[in-house]
Amino acid sequence: MTEFTGGFDASARYRLDPQVALRPEPFGALAYHYGSRRLTFLRSARLAEMVRDLEHHDSVQAAVNASVPEVQRPAYLRALASLADSRFIRAC
Amino acid sequence: MPVSTGPAGPGTAEPGSGLTDQLKAGLDAPICLTWEITYGCNLACIHCLSSSGRRDRRELTTSEAQAVIDELHDLQVFYVNIGGGEPTIRSDFYDLVDYAVGRGVGVKFSTNGSTITGERARRLAGADYVDVQISIDGADAATNDAVRGEGSYAVARRAMDHLADAGFGPFKISVVVTRQNTGQLDAFEALAAAYGAQLRLTRLRPSGRGADSWARLHPTQAQQVDLYHWLLDRPDVLTGDSFFHLSALGEALPGLNLCGAGRVVCLIDPIGDVYACPFVLHPEFRAGSVRDPGGFARVWRQSELFLELRQPASAGACASCGSYDACQGGCMAAKFFTGLPLDGPDPECVKGLGEVLLGQRAGTAPSPGPGHSVPVRLRSRLRDSTR
Repeated sequence: MTEFTGGFDASARYRLDPQVALRPEPFGALAYHYGSRRLTFLRSARLAEMVRDLEHHDSVQAAVNASVPEVQRPAYLRALASLADSRFIRAC
Repeated sequence: MPVSTGPAGPGTAEPGSGLTDQLKAGLDAPICLTWEITYGCNLACIHCLSSSGRRDRRELTTSEAQAVIDELHDLQVFYVNIGGGEPTIRSDFYDLVDYAVGRGVGVKFSTNGSTITGERARRLAGADYVDVQISIDGADAATNDAVRGEGSYAVARRAMDHLADAGFGPFKISVVVTRQNTGQLDAFEALAAAYGAQLRLTRLRPSGRGADSWARLHPTQAQQVDLYHWLLDRPDVLTGDSFFHLSALGEALPGLNLCGAGRVVCLIDPIGDVYACPFVLHPEFRAGSVRDPGGFARVWRQSELFLELRQPASAGACASCGSYDACQGGCMAAKFFTGLPLDGPDPECVKGLGEVLLGQRAGTAPSPGPGHSVPVRLRSRLRDSTR
């Protein structure tokens, strides 16, 4: 089955990919994808926490709204879109 | 390992940005850990950075090695690069690989290919979280064997054939870039493509036996410029971030572009000694031992050497150079083993500043020591099973 990966949809519910491990670090967290062997930096503790709890929110936008001041939301959405693109998070 | 510094913002990882500074100040555990599990090797490559050959009777036992893996698991080290020596000549090698994977620590191991039989390749193809990296240093037997020894090219190619036949998937072909093979980069790329493999290029260091061969093996300045442009055009070629000194030529190469020694990387040697990076096996860069009380975690977090390496470094003689932010002064190991001051230019500084110093300081390089430079013979049982 070919998976649809083209579009990131902030109104959809997402979750951390089960093959991803997060390691807390002073700058936020390191994320490692055991499938693609890719490593990436989650560059704030808030982003790390949000990614970890993503599936408990009805949508990515709701998760962002719940913890990020309005002015910073676009940056967080960009970060999450990029994590979706590299399969660190995926639609539920 | 592909590391993306960009996407998981907010922010970017430009030099001097918060992330780069935080990486320089060290992480709670290494990102990239190299573990050489034996000094034994059936080859005697003239650039071997660990001067490997015969086993050391003090090498970690199986249970000690398992205890190291337990620690890596507790520290959430996601994967470990296992090398040597030739790691697969340890009779417990695959048991340790299985143990690591079972503890959630992925394994990438480097091998000269001599023990990768068809049967072994099939078993590896069935393993999750195990990556295999076959070393060659020439795109033909003559170039390769001049560095790695007679017959070693054919052995490596046979291992690649076995992995491809077994459907292992994208194994890695690892090449140390030398004056003799810089002209073969396209051939290496074609070879990797033919196998569906990933090409990995790393920098020659004057470490171990490389101290004696570096002067005639390291790329010329013109070759460095060619290599830089070749790599810029091919961001998918793996480099272990080892060519960051070339970033002084212009646009930065992909990767972290900083010396990670003791900050984000380190080395555990076969007897459990912990060094700042794989290229500085010298008492001056020994931080401690996994056999010390507190184990590896204590060495990583509290050793005097590592804490010092995480302090802001002085640009020294490079302070007035406009490229310092790009190249960070280059590689500590390359400077150390060529006798250059650590707070000055890399011996392969693309501005030629290192060459000037090398000329002035001839004969001052520290000895890497004799190491373990007598190759072991593979047992006949092993030889038989590879036929």
